[in-house]
Amino acid sequence: MTLSSTLVPDAVSSEMALTVNGAERRIPAGWTLADLLASLKLDARTVVIERNGTILRDRPSFAKLKLAAGDSLEIVHFVGGG
Amino acid sequence: MAHADLISSATLTDPQPFSIAGREFRSRLMVGTGKYASNSQMIEAIEASGAEVVTVAVRRVDLDRSKDEAILHHLDPEHYFLLANTAGCFNAADAIRYARLARAAGFNEWVKLEVIGDQQTLLPDTIGLLEATKTLVAEGFKVLAYTNEDLITALRLEDAGAVAVMPLASPIGSGLGMLNPYAIRTIKQRLSVPVIVDAGVGTASDACIVMEQGVDGILMNTGIAAAQEPVRMAAAMKAAVEAGRNAYLAGRMPRREVAVPSSPTTGMLGS
Repeated sequence: MTLSSTLVPDAVSSEMALTVNGAERRIPAGWTLADLLASLKLDARTVVIERNGTILRDRPSFAKLKLAAGDSLEIVHFVGGG
Repeated sequence: MAHADLISSATLTDPQPFSIAGREFRSRLMVGTGKYASNSQMIEAIEASGAEVVTVAVRRVDLDRSKDEAILHHLDPEHYFLLANTAGCFNAADAIRYARLARAAGFNEWVKLEVIGDQQTLLPDTIGLLEATKTLVAEGFKVLAYTNEDLITALRLEDAGAVAVMPLASPIGSGLGMLNPYAIRTIKQRLSVPVIVDAGVGTASDACIVMEQGVDGILMNTGIAAAQEPVRMAAAMKAAVEAGRNAYLAGRMPRREVAVPSSPTTGMLGS
C-alpha cells in the first residue's frame, strides 16, 4: 500500500491528517504505525519514534498501533555528531 | 642492552586502564562522527584514531531521503561503543528528551550530556546541565557531562551522579587547544570520576598537552574531521594521546631557569 495510490478523490473522506517530523501528512484513516513506516520505507529497528511526546518502545506493537487524526510523530535516528 | 624496538608504548602497561562506570575501554581517545566529507572518510579516520567510543547525535529522519544521514548504515555497533550526545539542546528538558530517545534506540543507557547556554560560544549552561544530570541519573542513565573548566561545577556534577565529567579545553569547534591547564589539572586532582577533556583540541600537540595534565581521556571531533587530511590527523591524535599519557605517567623533569650540562664537566682536556 502506497500513499499515492490511496489519494484517489473518493478516498479523501477516509483520510486523516497528522504531523510527522514537523510537517503535515495525510494518510488513510485506519493506518497503523507499521503501515506508515512501510510507506516511508523505514525499518522500525533503525529509528526511534515519539508519539505525542511519548516514546514508543515496543516495536512489535507497531503493527497493531492505530494512528489517530492529529497525532504528532517524531521519527529520529542517529546521525554524525560530536 | 635495551632494544628500542622492544620497548614500544604497547609494551608499557598503563597502571590504570581507562574505564568509565566499571566498563573498560581500549582507547583513551574518543571521537565524534560529525563534519566528515564522506562516510567512508569518517570510518577510515575512526579506524586510524583507534577509538572505541564514538559519539553520535539524535536527529529527525529526513523523510524525503535527500541525504544519507543514518550513521548506523556505516558504523558497526558491535565494533564501536556508541555514545549518543544531546548536542544542539539549549535547555534541560530538551536534553532529557534527546537522551531518552537515544536510549530507546537500544544500544546502551549512556549519554554525553550537553546543555548549551549560548549560540555564539556554545558554552555549557551549567545550571541546566546539573538539573538534567540529576534527572537522567535518577532514570538510570550513565551521564558523561560536558561542562566548562570550572571546578565547582565539576564537583557538583560528580555529586549528582555523573559517571564522567568532560571539561572543555576551549570552545567546541574552535581548535584553540587547552586554554586553562591549571583548571583542568585541578578538576582532575579533585574528582574521583574520570575526567575526559572534550572540545577545543586543534592538533596533535594540543592533545598531547591535554593528556600530560593527567586527565583520563579526550573526546574530539572537529580536530580530526576538519583537518586537510582527516585520516592522517586521526593517526597523529592517536599517537599524541598515547605520548601524552606516557609522559604524564613518566613524570616530567623539573623546569629550571638555568642550564645544566648533560655531559660530564670533569675529564676535560688540559690547556
